[in-house]
Amino acid sequence: MIPELGNFALALACCLALAQAVVGIWGAHRRDIRLMAATPGLAVGQFLALAVSAGALVWAAVHDDFSVANIAENSAIAKPLMYKISGTWGNHEGSILLWGLILSICGAAVSIAGKNLPSALRARVLGVLGGTSCGFLLFALTTSNPFLRIWPPPADGQGMNPLLQDPGLAFHPPILYTGYVGFAVPFAFAVAALIEGRIDAAWGRWVRPWALTSWAFLTCGIALGSWWAYYELGWGGYWFWDPVENASLMPWLTGTALVHSAIVVEKRESLKIWTVLLAIGTFSLSLSGTFLVRSGILNSVHSFANDPARGIFILALLALVIGGSLLLFALRAPRLASGGIFAPISREGALVLNNILLCSICAVVVVGTMYPPFADLLLGQKISVGAPFFNATVLPLAIPLFAAMAVGPLLPWKRARLLPVIQHAWWAALAAVVVSGFCTIGMKVLPALAFGAATWIILGSFAEVVERTLLFRTPVASSFRRARGLPIAVLGAAIAHAGMGVTLAGLAGAALDSQKIVSAKVGDSFTSGGYQWTLMKLEDADGPNYTARVATVYVKKDGVPLGLMYPSRRNFTLQHQTTSDVAISTNLLRDLYVVLGEERDGQAVLRFHVNVLAPWIWIGAFIMAAGGAISLSDRRLRVGAPSRARSTTEVTA
Amino acid sequence: MNIKAARMTSASLGVFLLACTVAPAAFAVADPKEMLPDPKQEARAEAVGSQLRCLVCQNESIEDSNADLAKDLRAIVRQRIVAGDSNQQIMDWMVARYGNFVRLRPPLMASTVLLWATPVLGLLFGGLAAFYGRRRFGTPPAPLTTAEQARLRELTGAP
Amino acid sequence: MSFTRRHALMLAPLAVAGAAGVAFWKMLDRMSEGKFDPHALNNPLVGKPFPDFAVSPIGPGKGFTAADLRAAAAVKPVLVNFFASYCIPCAGEADLLGSLSAEGVPVWGIAWKDHQKEVSQFLDRYGDPFARIGNDETGRVIIDWGVYGVPESFLIDRNGIIRWHYAGGLSDDLVHDELRPALKAIA
Repeated sequence: MIPELGNFALALACCLALAQAVVGIWGAHRRDIRLMAATPGLAVGQFLALAVSAGALVWAAVHDDFSVANIAENSAIAKPLMYKISGTWGNHEGSILLWGLILSICGAAVSIAGKNLPSALRARVLGVLGGTSCGFLLFALTTSNPFLRIWPPPADGQGMNPLLQDPGLAFHPPILYTGYVGFAVPFAFAVAALIEGRIDAAWGRWVRPWALTSWAFLTCGIALGSWWAYYELGWGGYWFWDPVENASLMPWLTGTALVHSAIVVEKRESLKIWTVLLAIGTFSLSLSGTFLVRSGILNSVHSFANDPARGIFILALLALVIGGSLLLFALRAPRLASGGIFAPISREGALVLNNILLCSICAVVVVGTMYPPFADLLLGQKISVGAPFFNATVLPLAIPLFAAMAVGPLLPWKRARLLPVIQHAWWAALAAVVVSGFCTIGMKVLPALAFGAATWIILGSFAEVVERTLLFRTPVASSFRRARGLPIAVLGAAIAHAGMGVTLAGLAGAALDSQKIVSAKVGDSFTSGGYQWTLMKLEDADGPNYTARVATVYVKKDGVPLGLMYPSRRNFTLQHQTTSDVAISTNLLRDLYVVLGEERDGQAVLRFHVNVLAPWIWIGAFIMAAGGAISLSDRRLRVGAPSRARSTTEVTA
Repeated sequence: MNIKAARMTSASLGVFLLACTVAPAAFAVADPKEMLPDPKQEARAEAVGSQLRCLVCQNESIEDSNADLAKDLRAIVRQRIVAGDSNQQIMDWMVARYGNFVRLRPPLMASTVLLWATPVLGLLFGGLAAFYGRRRFGTPPAPLTTAEQARLRELTGAP
Repeated sequence: MSFTRRHALMLAPLAVAGAAGVAFWKMLDRMSEGKFDPHALNNPLVGKPFPDFAVSPIGPGKGFTAADLRAAAAVKPVLVNFFASYCIPCAGEADLLGSLSAEGVPVWGIAWKDHQKEVSQFLDRYGDPFARIGNDETGRVIIDWGVYGVPESFLIDRNGIIRWHYAGGLSDDLVHDELRPALKAIA
């Protein structure tokens, strides 16, 4: 009965979403106070209905209800509880339900947190969100319903891919999707503003927290996915320019541009068209990414089971949402009045450069990912566009971006001269040159430059804080007082930019990596990367649904014992799959990474990696997200409009 | 969906899964016996191999894949390096048999000009958009004439 | 309102998205018809002579060489079929190959790194349509032919040129739409 309740709740949510869309848009159009006031309630109702629906699916999974086809295909009695729960979103139908749930959470959040918004704008935003939800839920109900039943129910489920039974991967979808779907809110704001025909500074201020929140989640989601690949796939790779990875990178790039562009709308009422287009574009890329992954058009390790019929439905949904919003853009954007003239060298100019570079990188990723199917369709040619292409084309665009990142925040608005600004950050530039020079001794030119760039970014990001607190130029107490008076967003931005530098240093650290593959029997010792590795033991270690072999490896550095590592190899009997469980030992400056391979004649294949600065790749990403989160706590974002007077009647904008 | 398509897709998928041992579950080159004794040659082999696509896997190079076919291709790359072939000759050898699909770095030819030009085109288009946008609002208002300044003083009652 | 250059620029994103949408729709359409497969390769040897090779005896077959194939194809075009005993679609197309063989189309089989017992069992179970059979022990032969999975089929004409190739299991529709016209063209 619970699954039926879930199905009903899903249908109810779809109806509520439709109502939300109609009531919101129509109410705002007619300036009907009651209709506009009803919209938030509908949004919260939709969220509650979806919560019930998702809860029903989780209940069915936890109670091993194999009469639900989705649970029978993806779960099994022997699966640990945590993975039964996380398994509900680890398949196509469940992930669509998750999408819908998060979209409804966004709507509910706008209802609750958006009380300061003018009611017409809020109603329109909720209306657009409702319309999008409705389309998605309709897709879920008709082509991807997780509540379909099978009768008679099988005795046990077919279990899930053992590769997905992993904490990192279990939590990667919800965080990633929050990022993806969260950009629906800036999208809705953009469409609402285009319908209204007006974008002003206040709009910029309202949009930014939503864009920033989604961006932070997306950054974490991508980092988690990359980290999972690193420790799960077993050869130390963490980014493959795989089409599905690219599909998550594209909205991240335009989302970063959006977060920055919205600042200019807020401060200077300029770059409105850029910002609106970026808001529409980011969510469009999220949606398109969903379509591509599930359509079978792309060659990717991540591809879900492919069904072209589903692809057609999503394509229709995309046509409506993206086509509709871009048509509205084409019609209304010319009318947007722009204020704020600025010189090319100015903070606005730097942000325009930022937009151009990020969008160019995004264009490269889009074109590179889509070229193979397009070449096949239009020219009948089969070509591959792999990592070598992306590495060759993205790097030249990223370099000016890294250089400008530290300088941009230092430039004044409207008009600036470059030289005085760079002089403010002379110490960061000097440090960067020194680090680069030092590095060329041990490694090749490119990594050395990368380390220099990372130094420049990390130190340069704090140049603004140093400037504004007059650090080292006035007594420390005075600097501290100034720091307390600084808007938090300045600190947040500095931290976020520094995070990028940390990630860059982590990537550059690969130049110092070492690895060794050996065939070892118990008792053998090897040296690699400055460490001594000894195979102590090799034994069986079976688990609930697998048999395994575990090796015990003893690690020493210059004679100093560092500890034991236990790489293993698991054989999942039900799925006929073998996975390797990599042993990683980290001190946050380097990862020791040991992989156990096949065994033959009493000898086991072992791989020893020393990955220098690898943890910084993901630490940097989390620092970026943290910087974004810190910026969100800025008072200025919350004190946007005067608080509502305590009266029952309301003047509509 | 007609029968041909059904057999094709499930057939291909079935075969490729068998050949590929489902790529994400496996891990990369894990047999030290495969490696060439000369580290320089081995490094060259890995560099060439990382440019060659594993044909039965999704988006991996032959160096990263555990599939049977990838293993054979790795062996061939190493044999040819030992035999004295240049990197270009090895790539040509592979392309002669599998077409440009096997190259992870798409060659520059008439059909890929647009692909390789994307960074430049992106910058160009962005730059033009920015420039064009500025031109609309580029000119600041002219400074006030003396007559206008006098009128302004008059209106504001300034001395 | 006059249609200015600005309007044209604002329409650009919609135009690009629209074009992409149409292209994706076409792709999905063709995928459901089986005419578009992003995962398949185009074999560059079509239209060229088949490579030099030799395959060893296996099962009931005695193996053969490139010279044997050239000689046989000169008399009557041969269908070369790469298969393996563990390959399910190969089992699926065995009937079809059998009926082609019965019609008089010579079908020669090359097993991919297979073993005596398994191949014999496979042929016993699903029927033996092959006039000649050989085993590619090292895996080099399939690479030289540009094969990347099994089953794959090649049609060799009287001059030893590969005239038609298909990667995947044969079906009635495929034979009717592609193989028969190809056979007719080179007869």
